[in-house]
Formats: sequence, structure tokens, C-alpha cells
Amino acid sequence: MRAEKGIFYRIDWVLVVLYLVLVLMGWLNIYAAVYNDSHQHITDLHQKYGKQMMFIVASILLAIIIIIIDPKFFAQFSYFFYAFFLFSLVMVIFAGREISGSKSWFQIGGFGIQPGEFAKMATALALAKYLGSLDHNIKNPRHLFMAAAIIVIPALLILAERDTGTALVFLCFVLVLYRAGLTGWVLLALLALPVLGVLTLSMNKFLLIAVLFVIAALLYLRTRRHSRHFLVILAVFLASTGFVFSVHYTFNHILEPHQRQRINVLLGINTDLKGAGYNVNQSLIAIGSGRMWGKGFLQGTQTKYNFVPEQSTDFIFCTVGEEHGFIGSLVVIGLFLSLMIRIVLNAERQRSKFSKMYGYGVASLFFIHVSINIGMALGLLPVIGIPLPFFSYGGSSLWAFTILLFIFIKQDTQRYELV
Amino acid sequence: MERVLAYRRLIIIGIFLSVGLIFIIRLFYVQILVDKYILSANNNVLRYIIQYPARGLIFDRNGKLLVYNEAAYDLMVIPRQAKNVDTMELCRLLGIDKDEYTRRMIKARNYSPYRQSIFEGQITRENYGFLEEKLFRFQGFFVQSRTLRKYSYSIAAHTFGYIGEASPEIIDANPYYKSGDYIGINGIEKSYEEILRGEKGMKIRVVDVLNRDKGSFQDGKYDTLAYAGTDLYSSMDEELQEYGEKLMAGKKGSIVAIEPSTGEVLCLISSPSYDPNLLVGNIRKKNYRNLVFDTLYQPLFDRALMAMYPPGSTFKLVDALVGQQEGVLFPTTTYGCPGGFSLGNGQMVACHSHPSPLNLMGAIQISCNTYFCRVFRSIMDNSAYPGIRQAYEHWRKEVMSFGLGKKLGLDVTGELNGNIPTPAYYDKYHGKDRWKSMTIISLGIGQGEIGITPLQMANLAATISNRGWYYVPHIIRAIGRKDSLNPDFRVKKVTDVNPAYFEVVVDGMADVVTSGTARASQIDSIEFCGKTGTAQNPHGKNHSIFIAFAPRLNSKIAISVVVENAGSGAEWAAPIASLMIEKYLKRTVKRRDLEERMMNADLIHGINIKNESGKGHFLPD
Repeated sequence: MRAEKGIFYRIDWVLVVLYLVLVLMGWLNIYAAVYNDSHQHITDLHQKYGKQMMFIVASILLAIIIIIIDPKFFAQFSYFFYAFFLFSLVMVIFAGREISGSKSWFQIGGFGIQPGEFAKMATALALAKYLGSLDHNIKNPRHLFMAAAIIVIPALLILAERDTGTALVFLCFVLVLYRAGLTGWVLLALLALPVLGVLTLSMNKFLLIAVLFVIAALLYLRTRRHSRHFLVILAVFLASTGFVFSVHYTFNHILEPHQRQRINVLLGINTDLKGAGYNVNQSLIAIGSGRMWGKGFLQGTQTKYNFVPEQSTDFIFCTVGEEHGFIGSLVVIGLFLSLMIRIVLNAERQRSKFSKMYGYGVASLFFIHVSINIGMALGLLPVIGIPLPFFSYGGSSLWAFTILLFIFIKQDTQRYELV
Repeated sequence: MERVLAYRRLIIIGIFLSVGLIFIIRLFYVQILVDKYILSANNNVLRYIIQYPARGLIFDRNGKLLVYNEAAYDLMVIPRQAKNVDTMELCRLLGIDKDEYTRRMIKARNYSPYRQSIFEGQITRENYGFLEEKLFRFQGFFVQSRTLRKYSYSIAAHTFGYIGEASPEIIDANPYYKSGDYIGINGIEKSYEEILRGEKGMKIRVVDVLNRDKGSFQDGKYDTLAYAGTDLYSSMDEELQEYGEKLMAGKKGSIVAIEPSTGEVLCLISSPSYDPNLLVGNIRKKNYRNLVFDTLYQPLFDRALMAMYPPGSTFKLVDALVGQQEGVLFPTTTYGCPGGFSLGNGQMVACHSHPSPLNLMGAIQISCNTYFCRVFRSIMDNSAYPGIRQAYEHWRKEVMSFGLGKKLGLDVTGELNGNIPTPAYYDKYHGKDRWKSMTIISLGIGQGEIGITPLQMANLAATISNRGWYYVPHIIRAIGRKDSLNPDFRVKKVTDVNPAYFEVVVDGMADVVTSGTARASQIDSIEFCGKTGTAQNPHGKNHSIFIAFAPRLNSKIAISVVVENAGSGAEWAAPIASLMIEKYLKRTVKRRDLEERMMNADLIHGINIKNESGKGHFLPD
């Protein structure tokens, strides 16, 4: 009795409340996005909001089960989960169902399940397990390579399913590696690469290389002209040049035409409002028309009348922007930031390195989903189809994030122990 | 090691916060700073649907409905929704071919795949019947109701005018009109456009991405109702108009009748005419082209208002009045007629044989050319003025006080000025002040440069019957409520001639009918006054002209009749006028054989012209 009561008190209720608030807001938003006059009841199981309600109920059951389960279970079975989902990722390539171009779904009865959604969670566990082991040090290139492999293998499999968006998500684990000790230059490079990429696509690549050369030369002249500096600068310069050419090549020869279009639209090279630019333009119209306070719950016209495509999934944030305005958007972004920061702070207080690394994995996953999804709805990023946690319609995503979060909440209850 | 790296939590949190900040800035820009997104949002979901009001009706003076509206239908299409259409069947129903169907479909799709376009406009109720029962089979097509003008009687096409789609120039000039709106193009439809059109309404509907209707915008708070146009009560007498058009069948010319005491136009006939129902709806374009290219009949030319004729001998009445006013003519003035008026240069204005000498009354009755040349000359050479120029200018002013030489201001579009030449005209033609009374003597007998419209001739008759005044002729006597008339039509226009000088002229005109040039046209039961005119013209035979009013006292009708290239005034215009007078005052015509002869005569083709025993029967004028 005492122990169970202890668990109850050790649960971080702030996280639980944040979770519940976000899930409830998500549900109401799906209702608003799909709402139509002939099916008004929010629990109508034939409508998306009715189904989402079922998913929510199931999620809460899952959460309770996770809280009850022995905390050592997840750490111990991390690699097993990882292997299981790698296997299902391979399976889905052969047995999966193709939905809008990506073959990432298992059809089980009436529901589709995306193993990719769960693979993120499994990767976070496996990475935490690997980095959490006292034997492993990120400064050791072999260990770094192993950690990187844990991240890259599922990403490559998902890429093979032609689900680029989900594969991109795995990039977020760099933050975990960083916290584990990876050099900060990697973060800088990650920041610099998109800038360089955008420049490559918007200007002449030879001119760009010339500019890079000048910068490299100036940097070298400012240093004490050690041969070590020279080699580093030369390496960075050559890498950048290679990157410029590879971006150029990738863009023109590897990307699919629709992806090329999306990027062109984003960079303002092409404003095809009826074609590739339609989604983003309509999304901005919906959000922009919300003004300060929004049009009110169920009063949004752009989302309700389907002007925004994929409004219940990828573009769900439009409903928030349109119906609840700037203030409502601020609240949602604020809640997500609170959730992520709370997770990071909680992760920091873990005695177990596994729990700590896992916490960073959880926060990073939330971070990249929120960033890409909202960034896309606001026209800041190209259209990449990944869900907004707790808001986008769909069972797989909701369950995966619930499991992801509650495993951390459970680990957090054991924060004084070295699991 | 671990402790050392703990600071990195702050960097990671910093990254989270910076992304959040970027989003908030972006949201602020999109939601608060710029307006274009909310405008686009309204554009997306709001559809402004115009509610077209019914156009005002037009009644005749006895309350008969002349012009009304009939339901018509525009076949609309939303290209995106048009699927599995039985093209062959639809083409058959609309009477178009497959290429035309494709062409219209492409046009509609280019406008918008999601929004409605007119596929076939103004389908009449009869044709809609065939379409209606099969419409459900053509997905994506639906009808929008409009109205079509309909005419109870196939009369007065020029007077009613017609309506058509507002042109881009009109739309630019007047923001009321939008593409697809109708506007009066001429006739009453144009002059009373703002009264007849009513007020368009607007319904704002909310639609979804596929243009499906999702109900009214904010419960119709911003919707406006359409107000039907106001009805017009015309002074036209439907029976008289129709009767006159029958009499003018096969003839080029015009009949205008006015009620002298009010200025109300009783009929306004231009012949040849056309059926006003031809210029309605989707047949208008084709029929209009046919009418324009009919150069033999010129059916679109409104002779009553736009044709200028030399008035011929009818102008002698004006000579008689102005001469008295100028003090150069008295009822007792007597001139002999040696068979013509010598111009002094060997040339001569001929006159027919008649008793001589004549006083003023006799000269009007017999229509003596010599007499009125001398009257005109005495006006021009009046010693009261320093020269002919001043005398002419005075004469011109007095003539124009009868409403001649300028637009009267009728409330039907198209009226022309006519022409009473200015002195400057003669200066230009003959050289400055190099013209004399003899140079312009033909004006005295209503020939030469003078041009008068049939409306002005009828108004002249009305003015004489009123002994010196007239109201501006108008064909609408009331707008909506019965007492609402344009105040301009209630202002008496008084001539420069003293009313006392009219009696002798009226007496002379009575004699014209009883024993003068038009005696063949007298009516047993009605004493009326008239004056024949036979206008020489360069286009062939003389124009037959007659103006009259009846009864002699308290006239109810003043009339002018012009029959082009028909011969003398007494031969055609006078009998037609007398039939019109009889019809109007008695409602039935007893002289059936005269009526029949007039109606059947086709002067354009020269058929059925058997007018009594030949020319000798009619006195020339």
C-alpha cells in the first residue's frame, strides 16, 4: 500500500495535466475541423472525432498500464522493442498498405497502424539504453558510430517506405547525442546546412562557392596560421562545396517533382497557388483570418469547409489559428514549450543515465514534431507530412506519443534510483 | 563529466524557446499585421448572390397591361460538378452542337471550375419545360431564374425600346451595374431605366471548397432584399396605337397623336415597325442583326422622333400666325394668285388653279402658295427691322416658340431637333448677308432647308388647338402612384403669338376639312380642323402630310400623319388621320371601305393603290 501511494505522489502531475489538456484541446480541434451539421455529436463513432475519442480512451488505459508496470521493464526490453519495430518496419515495406504515396501502414481490421510512429519511441528507448550504459562514451568514435547507427537504421527503413517526413524526425536525436557529449559544432553545422541549402537553390552555385572560398580565406588569415587550423578550414570548405553540389544534385535528380515543387514554393521561386502552393496558401489564409481572438469554436469557415487540405491531420494547427486566433495559437505553442521544457528539466534530475537520455529523446521528439508541423502550417518549412502531437487525428500517433511520454513519467517516479 | 555537461540543458531549452519565438513572430505577422489573409478567406467562403428584381410594368391609358415580365431561366453550370453528362441529349435540348458544348464548357472552366457560369442564358418558359424534366440527369447543371420582358400586344416597339446586357462601358461608368445585369437600351426602357429597374438585392451565402452551399452568412444579417421596379402608367391608347399601325401597314411614315389639353401622347407610330417580342431573351441578338440589315424597311428607325420632313403646306399655318403677330398680315389681307409666285428671276413658285383673290381664311382652306409666299416675304421685308437678318431672327424665334427646330423633351429616347436654319447657315451657303427674302422664299411654303419631325407636327396641331400653348409631350402620365408626374410636363409652354390671332387660322383649318383640300376626309359626326401638306423631297414622290385636331372646340386629339413618297396630303395622310380621329373619339369606325382601302394599300411595293377615281379628285396644296 505504502509503495503504491508513493508512486501516486511521485508522479509529475504537471506533465500529466499538460498531457490531458493538450489531448483534450486536440480532440476539440478535430471536432471543429471535421464538424458538419448532419453529425453534430462529438462522440459519433462514425466521425473522426468519435474515433479520436476512442483513441484517447485507449491512450489513457495505456498510460495507466505503463504507470503500473515495473519501471525496469522498459530499460530491460529497450533493445527488444527496437528490434521488434525494426522488424515491423521491414515487414511494412512488403506487407504494408500504400496511402498517399507512402507504404507505411499495416491494415489491421478497420484500423491502420503506422509502425513508424512507434519506431520513434523504440529508437528513443534503445538510444537511451545504449548511451545510458556506463561502458559507452560518445567521445569514443566507435560508440558514436553505434549510437548513430541506432538512429539512422530505422530512419533509412522509413525512407524506404517513402515516408520522408517521418524519417526526417530522427534528426532530432542529435540533441540527445549533444546532451550526451557530442561536440556543439554538429548543432552549428545542422543550423548552417539548411542555410547553405537554401542559398544553393536560390543563387548560382559557383558564385556561392566563390563566396565560401573568400570566407574560408579570411578565416584562415585571422588565425595564427597553424597547419591544424588550415586543415580544419580546408576540410570545412571542401565539405561545404561538396554539400552545395550534392544539394544541387539531390534537388534536381533525386527529389520527386512534388517535393521539388514544395521547396520552390517555400523559397518563393514558384508561387503556384492552385498547385503545390495551394496547401500552404490556404493554411495561411485560415490562420491569418483568425486575427487576434479567432472566429470562435466551430466558427472557422476555412477549415470547416475544407479549404485547407489534410486539416484534421497535418494541417490541424490551422483550426487553432483560425478559430482561436493569435491568443489561442500562443496558448498551444506555450503548452508545447512548457511540456518540452518540463521534460528536459525532469530529465536533468534523473539519477539513472538511461532515464535522463530517454527524457531528452522524448523532449527532442516532441520538439521536432511541433517545429516541423507548425513551421509547415505557417509556411516556414516545406510541406512535410508529420503529425502535431495530440492534435493530429490518428490512433498510431496519439498512442505512440502517449507511450513515449508516460514511459518517461514512470521513469521519473524512480528518479532517485539507478535503474 | 556528467556535471560538466549539465549546462547543455540550457542550450537545448534555448533552442526550444527560439523556435517558439520564431513561430510567435510569424503568427503575429500573419494574424495581426497583414490583411490579405482575411480578405482571401472571405473570398474563399462568401458568395454574393444577386437578387434580380422584377422590372416595372407598363400600362396603357385605359389600364391595359402593355409590358410585363415572364419567368425565364439561365442554365448554369459548375464545371467541376458536371460529371457523366449525357452531352448528346443536352445539346439536343439546347439546340447546339457538340463543339459549341465543348467551347462553352471550356469558357466556364476557365472562369472557375468551382463557380457557376451561365451556360445558356434567358431560356423562355416554353423551352424550359423540355429541359426541366430532364435536368436532374445533368449533374452540375442547374437553373437560375431571371425575368424576360414580354409584350401583350405586338405594337409600339420603338416606343417601348428594349433591354439588353449592360456593356463594359456602362459597367465602368455606373457602379450599380454588374456584368450580366440588364439595362434599358432605348425607348421608355432607357428613359425610365432607374424607375423600372427597381433595386437589386444581395444574398451572402457561405460555401465550402466545392462551392456547396452551407447556409447564409451570419444569419442573413448583411443580406439585402430586392425591390421590384415601379410600374409606369402610359398615356398611350393601346387600341389607337394598334389601329394606327394597321393603317400604316405597307407604308413608310408615322402617326403621332397628342391630347392637347395635357400633352399626353396617345399614339406614337413609326412604320415599318417590328414585333417587340423579337428583341427579348436569347433570340435578341439574331433578330437584332436581321433588323439592322433590313435596309429596305429600316424597321429600327423611329420615324416619329427621328425623321425630319419638310412640313410642306402645313407650315402655312405658322406663316399665318407669325405674320399676324408681326403686324404684316390681317385676316382681311387679300392677295391675288396669278397661278404662281414669281421670284423675279424668271423662276416661279407654282400654284394650282383656284378662285382668286383670297383672304387669309380662304388661302388656308385652298392652300394657296402665292398667298403664303407673299406673307413670308412681308415678314422678311418688314420695315420694322433694320434688315432681313433681324427680321429672319425674329421670325425664327417665333417659329421655334411652337416647339419646332429643337427637341421637345419627350420622355422617349431618340428624339431629334428638326431644323429651322440659322442665319449663319444662309451666310455660309450664300455668303454673309448675301441672301434676301426671295432667296429663302421656299421656307414660306414649308420647303427648303426646314425639317420637322412628326412629333413636332403633332405638337403644332395641339398648340393651334390650344390657341397658343402646349405641354411638353410625354407618354408616361404617372409613375407608380397616379399623381407622380415629372413636373416638367406640367409647365405650360406659351408661343410668342397672341392667342387672338389663332381663331382665323382655326376657322381656316375647319374649312380645309369641310370644303377645302381635305374635304374627302370629313367625318359626319365630328367637326375637326386640319391642314394638308405635300412635301417635295429628293427621294421620289411627294410625302403626304396631314395635321389635324378634333373636335374643333376643346380638342381631345391632335394628330400628325406622314406617309412617305405617297403623293398629296389629301390622298393618304388626311384620310388616315380622319380614321384615327374617328377611332379615338367614337371608338368604332363607320367608314369601313375607306378603312379597308387604307389598310390594304401597300405603297412600298405599289400594291392595292386604288384611291377613288384618281388624282383629280384630290385638290393639290
